[in-house]
Amino acid sequence: MPSAKVAKTGNEIFAEAMRQINPDVVAAYPITPATEIVQIFSQFVADGLVKTEYIAVESEHSAMSACIGASAAGARTMTGTSAQGLALMWEMLYIAAGLRLPIIMAVVNRALSAPINIHCDHSDTMGARDSGWIQIYSENVQEAYDNMIQAVRIAEHPEVKLPVMVTTDGFILSHCLEVVEILDDADVQRFVGEPPKRHTLLDFENPITIGALDLQDYYFEHRRQVAEAMNNCGRIIEQIASEYANLTGRKYEFFERYRLDDAEYAIVLIGSTAGTAKEVVDRLRVGGKKVGLLKIRVFRPFDYLKIREILKNIRVIGVMDRADGLNSFCGPLYTEICTALYESDNRPVLANFIYGLGGREVKESDIEQVFDELFKIDREGKKVNTKYIGVRE
Amino acid sequence: MPSIKELAKRKEKFVSGHRLCPGCGAGVVARLVMLAIDKPVVVGCATGCLEVSSTIFPYTSWDTPFIHSAFENVAATISGVESAYKALKKQGKIDKDIVFVAFGGDGGTYDIGLQSLSGAAERGHRMLYVCYNNQAYMNTGIQRSSATPKGASTTTSPAGKVIPGKIQFSKDIMSIMIAHRIPYVAQTIPGRWNDIVNKVEKAINTDGFSFINVLSPCRLGWPHKPELAMEITRLAVDTCFWPLYEVIDGKYKLNYKPKEKKPITEWLKIQARFAHLLKPGNEHIVEEIQKEIDRRWEDLLRKCETS
Repeated sequence: MPSAKVAKTGNEIFAEAMRQINPDVVAAYPITPATEIVQIFSQFVADGLVKTEYIAVESEHSAMSACIGASAAGARTMTGTSAQGLALMWEMLYIAAGLRLPIIMAVVNRALSAPINIHCDHSDTMGARDSGWIQIYSENVQEAYDNMIQAVRIAEHPEVKLPVMVTTDGFILSHCLEVVEILDDADVQRFVGEPPKRHTLLDFENPITIGALDLQDYYFEHRRQVAEAMNNCGRIIEQIASEYANLTGRKYEFFERYRLDDAEYAIVLIGSTAGTAKEVVDRLRVGGKKVGLLKIRVFRPFDYLKIREILKNIRVIGVMDRADGLNSFCGPLYTEICTALYESDNRPVLANFIYGLGGREVKESDIEQVFDELFKIDREGKKVNTKYIGVRE
Repeated sequence: MPSIKELAKRKEKFVSGHRLCPGCGAGVVARLVMLAIDKPVVVGCATGCLEVSSTIFPYTSWDTPFIHSAFENVAATISGVESAYKALKKQGKIDKDIVFVAFGGDGGTYDIGLQSLSGAAERGHRMLYVCYNNQAYMNTGIQRSSATPKGASTTTSPAGKVIPGKIQFSKDIMSIMIAHRIPYVAQTIPGRWNDIVNKVEKAINTDGFSFINVLSPCRLGWPHKPELAMEITRLAVDTCFWPLYEVIDGKYKLNYKPKEKKPITEWLKIQARFAHLLKPGNEHIVEEIQKEIDRRWEDLLRKCETS
């Protein structure tokens, strides 16, 4: 397939993917570090490169509200935000999912206030993990591009009809240049195709009421349907990934297994830190250590069964969370991994590490420290409580 | 403008079976607004009495496409619908001319929805925003809003031993909307069908954002006898508490001048929320209210004369 190699930052690649997808409506509000996405995209609108109606709303709450209106009217609809912006959208995130609207959102991960901080961690999207949005995290700019193109097909699939957020790590990916392979505009258009038919507000032959009041007699059934869509969309995500692999040669799963097959010690994490962790895994392997990495790409839905299969034979697992649970015990990814492994006959020892909050740099030595902790747990047979990596305590 | 006979023959888009209270103004407002629109119309509604009473799943009173998403954002939601329409029309996927209407109560308009309303007005989406203004949060049980008039007793501004109901005068939403320099702003009542129908017709034929503030009586919150609902709105006009006027491209026009301006006590005395004001010791509050009504009325007359 015709494609090109281009040097783009994470924000530039999101904007470029949006140009190629050419949505009907974009409603967005600026916020660091996601601002450039909508800035670049509004230039595309100003230059007539897209057919999009761009709504420069007065807040993120209105951004998601306008996206809900546009999507309910049948438009292919996109937006982008980060941190406080996502937090301001909170109420509407649940409504977008509950109304089964296939909105696509680029989220640049950033720490939540207070204290105010503009740098990367995952506390913003982790807080939205139960909102009914599909969540796809990116390790690098290439993945961000590939995830975004696939997101359109996933969201709009008639058996899914759920909104999708595709994330990048703030500044680490959003502002760093990377050489990536992108598709031709025509190939993207062919891949995303025309949106499948839905009931919409502009169909006067079949007028519908959207957002009706559901009381004790119906709310539960409708929420159950949202859960069912989330339960079943894994198969669709895999099917679309396989179509995408045929087009690009780049094959994506829910997660990436890195040197895990014979590993005795493994780290599980999300996002750009995977790149650093792979370097460390390689180095420790040279030294004869049987270590590996599991990088989670699709966090919602979470593939508990497959993850159980993959991790069950590891001796000690370090789960690295770039968000704190503030639940007096552990971070959000740790909770999921524990859940996945509880019903395994062979339960590995688990340890949780909170790292990189507010953009705190994650060095190779930090990853080495986590592996050292895993070796020590195995050696001494003593489990540790959640540890904070790279913080002054 | 259609005659009442023609209006009666039009197909209803807000139909019976809703569960609004007897004597509620919102149902009359919704019905008249929808009758006045003789075109395909998409309706948005903020959370509130009108929405919860007209769309209890699996029923709906809206025989036209309808969306509700949340409380504070009907203007933003309809901004999205209208933008989708523009995009799809530009692409030739839709050929109809479609009207977009947003309904919000006073809470969803004056208070929690003010930002979203302002944003949509500034961006100039082609929509009619109708505030059905019953002057408090009636759906949650009669709490004060910034549209609640001075002196009214509500459940969060109760008349007590030391505080005589709401302390502040109502927010002047009309001036706020006029200051957005949108092409059409009007104030009306459901008690004069021709006034409200005429204004809705003008609004939907305006190229841009239009705003209509409709006084909508609440028999539980004001409270009043249900059969007096329409009468009470006319009394609001005759006391100059609620003048009928419109502002077209910045020009003020008074639509009705009472032959004899009735004292505000006429309006206060038929609503229990003001009962405490008419008791000895509170005369000064009634005086203050009358003074403010006079001041706002004179101000409006001046604007209409100089416009």
